[in-house]
Amino acid sequence: MTANQAHLIRKTIFISLGLLMTFFAGISFHQSRHIKEPVVLSSGVKTSRTLGQYFSGIKGTINDSNVYILEGERPGGTFLVLGGTHPEEPAGRLAAWIFAENAVLEQGRLLVILSANRSGSTATRLGGAYPPDYTIPTSWGGQKFRMGDRWSNPLDQWPDPEVYIHYPSGQELAYVDIRNLNRTFPGRPNGTLTEKTSYAITQLIRKEDVDVVIDLHEAELQYPVISTIVAHQKGQDLAAMASMMISGTEGFQIGMENSPPELRGLSHREIGDHTNAIPLLLESPEPMLDACRGKTGRQLLLEGKDEFLVKANQHGLLFEKIDQKGWPIEKRVGRHTSTILQISELWTADHPGKAVIITGIPRYSDVIKNGVGAYLHDPNKASPDQLKWE
Amino acid sequence: MTAVTILYYLLSAYVAFIIIWNLIKSKKWQEELLYIIIVIPFILRILRLK
Repeated sequence: MTANQAHLIRKTIFISLGLLMTFFAGISFHQSRHIKEPVVLSSGVKTSRTLGQYFSGIKGTINDSNVYILEGERPGGTFLVLGGTHPEEPAGRLAAWIFAENAVLEQGRLLVILSANRSGSTATRLGGAYPPDYTIPTSWGGQKFRMGDRWSNPLDQWPDPEVYIHYPSGQELAYVDIRNLNRTFPGRPNGTLTEKTSYAITQLIRKEDVDVVIDLHEAELQYPVISTIVAHQKGQDLAAMASMMISGTEGFQIGMENSPPELRGLSHREIGDHTNAIPLLLESPEPMLDACRGKTGRQLLLEGKDEFLVKANQHGLLFEKIDQKGWPIEKRVGRHTSTILQISELWTADHPGKAVIITGIPRYSDVIKNGVGAYLHDPNKASPDQLKWE
Repeated sequence: MTAVTILYYLLSAYVAFIIIWNLIKSKKWQEELLYIIIVIPFILRILRLK
């Protein structure tokens, strides 16, 4: 065999290996981007719409997300629950899912969005080694969800600028946050996909005359804004009362923080400034987001146990405690369901003419006892008009 | 898709072409392996898979 022949054979082997790696990586990315998540709608859902019906500029795009409208027999106020603003914070989406699948309203209206940034749910964090999906165990098997990212998928919005200039404030923010739905409120009708999505949500809030917006999130334990309700100044009394009531009756502690007026683009700031609604943002602890975590995988995502974070806690480096029991998904989701219920109960007590009375939703102790899967319904047993896909 | 996005896809295709051209020309196995590894993300982006 000549040197040239040996060279050719080696190159052919390398190229074949490269093509194989590209093929299998491509299949994996394509599959995780196209996982279909079923939603078995509660009997309380009276109408389903999409964001495109509130702002035509987003119609037909990946972020033309579903809006489920639950309505009581008696008229009252209107709440909007946002899940999936940051899809990599699964307790937010799962808590919203429990409302869409189980809530029945006695009075008022509840609007639920499960995938506020659906594009963000189709990718995972670059270099984060996140799993592409996770499964919540149920009595009928299990339901698979996309893991998602904090930012819109670059396949849907690319490239990023050197510096992101927020509209309309003109504040300079990190370049990547031009794909962060919680940095683009109130949105821009002729902006990027993420800005258009924020604009569509803002238009929905205006057109549906929403009274209270609750944006569901999770935070790393090294981040000071954690286990709290972040409130626009219009919602300070409501959030403070909810914090006190929850800490006294629900079995967990939650704080309350004021939305900083100088930090732009966030739902709890811009929705309050640009619409009549009161925006509140809920944060529960998610150990998988912490930079000092150990092995990253589905187990950490769902059980929230990490020895490195326990060690960091022992050294007083965290803003939320963690021990060997971790922060399981049941605790994180239960915090959100109970907090939403407390907020609606306090709102109703203060505004009897605009009451929002929600039934059928488990509280913190129920979710811990029964698991999140107990509140997800089997799509194979759902009637066609009950079944939606995210 | 905006004009800037289309331009970035064209740039990605150009860079991928240059890497593959260097791969073909290269005589060192270490370089060939390196070119193979670094061209994969470009191909995945051009095919809109990642």
